[in-house]
Amino acid sequence: MNLREIIQISFRSLVANKLRTILTTLGIVIGVFAVILLVSIGSGLQAYITSEISSLGSNLIFVIPGRVGGARTPGGVVSNKLLLSDSRLLQQRLKNSADIGAVVQQLAALKYKNKTDKGVSILGATANYPQVVKTDIVKGIFFSLGQERSGEKVAIAGQTIVTNLFNGTNPIGQKISVAGEKYTIIGTLAKKGALFGIDQDNTIIIPITAAQRQFGITNVNTIYVSAKKSTLVATVKNDVSKILLKRLTEDDFTLETQESTLSTINNITNILSIALGGIAAISLLVGGIGIMNIMLVSVTERTKEIGLRKAIGAKRSDILRQFLLESVILSLTGGSLGIALGVGASLILSNFFVSQVTPWSIFIAFGFSVLVGVVFGMAPAIRASRLSPIEALRYE
Amino acid sequence: MKTQKAVINLAHIKKEYKTIDVVTPVLKGITLKIAEGDFYAITGPSGSGKSTLMNIIGLLDTPTSGTYEINEKQTSGLSEDSLAKLRSEEIGFVFQQFNLLPRLSTLENVMLPGMYAGMETGKRETKAKELLVRLGLENIMGNRPNQLSGGEQQRVAIARALMNGPKIILADEPTGNLDTKSGEEVMKIFKELNRQGKTIILITHEIDIAKTANKIIKIRDGEIVK
Repeated sequence: MNLREIIQISFRSLVANKLRTILTTLGIVIGVFAVILLVSIGSGLQAYITSEISSLGSNLIFVIPGRVGGARTPGGVVSNKLLLSDSRLLQQRLKNSADIGAVVQQLAALKYKNKTDKGVSILGATANYPQVVKTDIVKGIFFSLGQERSGEKVAIAGQTIVTNLFNGTNPIGQKISVAGEKYTIIGTLAKKGALFGIDQDNTIIIPITAAQRQFGITNVNTIYVSAKKSTLVATVKNDVSKILLKRLTEDDFTLETQESTLSTINNITNILSIALGGIAAISLLVGGIGIMNIMLVSVTERTKEIGLRKAIGAKRSDILRQFLLESVILSLTGGSLGIALGVGASLILSNFFVSQVTPWSIFIAFGFSVLVGVVFGMAPAIRASRLSPIEALRYE
Repeated sequence: MKTQKAVINLAHIKKEYKTIDVVTPVLKGITLKIAEGDFYAITGPSGSGKSTLMNIIGLLDTPTSGTYEINEKQTSGLSEDSLAKLRSEEIGFVFQQFNLLPRLSTLENVMLPGMYAGMETGKRETKAKELLVRLGLENIMGNRPNQLSGGEQQRVAIARALMNGPKIILADEPTGNLDTKSGEEVMKIFKELNRQGKTIILITHEIDIAKTANKIIKIRDGEIVK
């Protein structure tokens, strides 16, 4: 007898007990639905965080002062030995880098007419900052290399500044007071939103030399090195380290890449996804036990049928396959419905919450539901196949 | 009577049921040869061992000792699957309870043994229809067993028994659940099948029914008494 016929036999006995079949299937539907939905939420979260971080530019290497976990001054403060000249040195020596920028960062108050905005992040940057750190200018222009070198008092304002100090009107050409000195606004930055609760738009960018002069600082907070290709990040990182070690020691700087930050965050979100999926898998397990239960009932109910089939020539394997297929059909139908519902719900959810359907969760849910059918159907099917035909025929 | 090939050849068949400390002998050494084309009735009171003998002849049970050849094939030591194969090729079963599958139509019930014997679907259907016509059941092919009378159900069961063209028909109290008229009709079918060359083995406790057969064997306490 061929597979198609066994499927037909199995299918008919499932259809004969509609309500029972539907309720048993429901157990698997809910299990698979929960797995798909929760894994989607987990990976949606991961995708969201990854994209937020990648928006900074994925080819970036950050040079930050001090060594993470390394030597600090008695006050616990990292002594910053990075200089703008280091950035210029890297610019000259590095082969596989596209751009090198540097920033100094200060918190200061901004004033426009009678309005004050305290605690604004003042970013002193090099002229290539928009290319290195992927920053879009929505209005006006960024400052030029000439303006950077001469330390001209020009500024590019973030959207929060535009809203708070200018009530959303066009600020270009207006003079704004940065910690007491007047700067002319020549451009505005595209809205970036908040990352980890920090408003990335409450910022203003001015030429690095102007910032150093005004705040009396000689060092820089971060040097950004952008590799030409993401595959070159490791090579460039190595070169940066070699060049900087000529003047500095290993304790004076740390190199961070997007990759290292992302892998840390991915580790966390992966654990989250697995934990969510694992909790959902428990309900799938319960669904599987439901299948086993109903299949055992079905075998007992159909003892006489099994006896007759054996008497007229059915082999053990014929009976085994018939009952195994019944449970696999149950779990597969439940799995497919659960996938459809789970994917649907994830797509709806993605409109107002982080949620992303991942192909692997579909494959796993599908595979798992087949597995549930086989594993939980096996015991009842074996029991059916081992029934003695005489006793089965005598069964009332 | 000329000597014919024995389709059933039982020699010193014993069957015992063992519990932990008690051995209950059910068959105490049955030797029986049934030639092709014979019509045997096996009778005896309940508990005599006739059902156990039928199960052994039908390859549903295996003897504790003794040898059994069916159609000159040795059966001892065969695996369960080989026995299943022999059953489907050599024996057609007719039961007291009819044992038709309630969800299948008449035609599908008759086709069932063909499926387990590996017959092609098309051939199976042709053969089953042919048998149903032969037994005058062509008008109820699509009906379910619960829509049929007892007599009709037993005729469907006979058609099913003939599906794989076995030489032997083994009928266990085939008239036990039927009224007299339907019972007579069923027995007429068996006689006709025997006339066409089938070997019929009938298990019954009704003497009137047993008389239909050419030869009657009486079993008592696990032994053939006549």
